This record gives sequence, C-alpha cells and structure tokens, in this order.
Amino acid sequence: MLLTNLEYVPDRKIVKHLGLVQGSTVRAKHVGRDLMAGIKNIFGGELVGYTELLQESREESMQRMMQQAESIGANAVLNIRFSTSSITAGASELFIYGTAVILE
Amino acid sequence: MLDLIILIALLALGYTVGSWQERQHYQSIQARELVLNKLPAIATKRLPEFDRPCRTELVTGSVVISVDYFKRFISGLRNIVGGRVSSYESLIDRARREAILRMKEEAYTKNARMVFNVKMETASISKGNRGNVGAVEVLAYGTAIIADPQD
Repeated sequence: MLLTNLEYVPDRKIVKHLGLVQGSTVRAKHVGRDLMAGIKNIFGGELVGYTELLQESREESMQRMMQQAESIGANAVLNIRFSTSSITAGASELFIYGTAVILE
Repeated sequence: MLDLIILIALLALGYTVGSWQERQHYQSIQARELVLNKLPAIATKRLPEFDRPCRTELVTGSVVISVDYFKRFISGLRNIVGGRVSSYESLIDRARREAILRMKEEAYTKNARMVFNVKMETASISKGNRGNVGAVEVLAYGTAIIADPQD
C-alpha cells in the first residue's frame, strides 16, 4: 500500500478513483501518564508519554484507513490529511483521511 | 499564607527549570537544524520535472510540549490586558521546529533527498477540568522523495 500526501504519484498513472477512505481512533490518556504530565506542567518541556500515545493512536488510525482502502481494492492512498480534535478534557480523536486509488 | 508560599515556589521553580529547559531545547534544535539543512523540506505540491524520484513515502514527526508554570501564570496576566502572549510564542515555535526536525530525521534514516508537500497541524491538549491549555501537539508530515540506491 502506497501512502502519500501528494495528489499524484510520480511516474505512475491512476487507473481508478475509489473515493474517500478514513480511519480514526479516540484515545484517552491514562492516569499514570496524566500524573507525570501534571508534574511536567510545572517545569515545562516535552511530554514524552503523550507524544508516544498520540503516535500510537495515529498509527492505529492509519492501519484502519489502510484496511478500508484494501477492502475496496485500492493499492494506494493519495492526498492524506491528518486531523486532531480534543473531544473532552481527557480524550482526543485522531482522524486520517485520503483518496483511495488504483495505480497501474 | 501557605498558599502564597506554594505559589511563589511553583513560579520560581517553573521559571528557573522552564527557562533552562527552553535554552537547552533551542540549542539542540539549532544544532540538529544545521545538520539537517542538507535535506530540504518544501511545501510545494508538484515535484520538479528534473527530479524524478523512484519512490515516495509518507513521513511524519510529532511532539507534545508543555508550558511551564511561570509562563502559564504570565499568560494569565496577559489575558487581562491583551496583546502578544510572547511566552506562548516560543513554546509553539519550539514545538513546530521540533516536529519538522523529527519528520526530517525520519526522512533522513530512509535516505530521502527532499520532503515535499509539508503540512503542519497544531492541536492543543487541554489538561484538567479547568480546561486551560497545558500543552500543544504539533504534527508535521510530508512526502519524502527517496533516491534510488543505484544513484
């Protein structure tokens, strides 16, 4: 599966457009990480726990999007966009979407 | 009285540790930016004709950075009179540059020549029930153009 945020793939022709595919996860941070983040909030600096958490969730969203793309027979997803929104104080949604296409 | 002492202690701690960390972080950012200058990250969508790549790959870099207690306090004061909140400006600047650096580092380990169509996304992560912004997350992503091993 080829993933890119360009609108085309160099040197390859798009045979068929299959429409939008998407994947999302909603993740809540757990108490241990929250506690550490609370302490870090006094000193400032990087919150490594959160960085990892968000990265894992994003990875999962990506997997879901790829699954959806595979199920409709695509072999590439173009023009991928990421979006993050916080739903409540504790949870955030990571949303990835793109255009599924068949490349020759 | 005790509350005041705790507040002052937190402010002092936040100020000293926070500004020290910021200096350290800026030093590390500048050093790594120098190293990664040879790998340009561009916001153009179209690849130039002459640079026909053989492979493209999505690269991402993200970071969550929190503001220290002192800066949050100052920005709270700033909210009363309005104007530039410079204490948050440096926070976001650090986060953006760090995210771009991480994206470039990922591209670099994949032997990329350039990163195209770089997009950035900023999300604030609210902490606690008061809903005040404690940290920002910045995600940078783009398409890495990876050179042929034969080149």
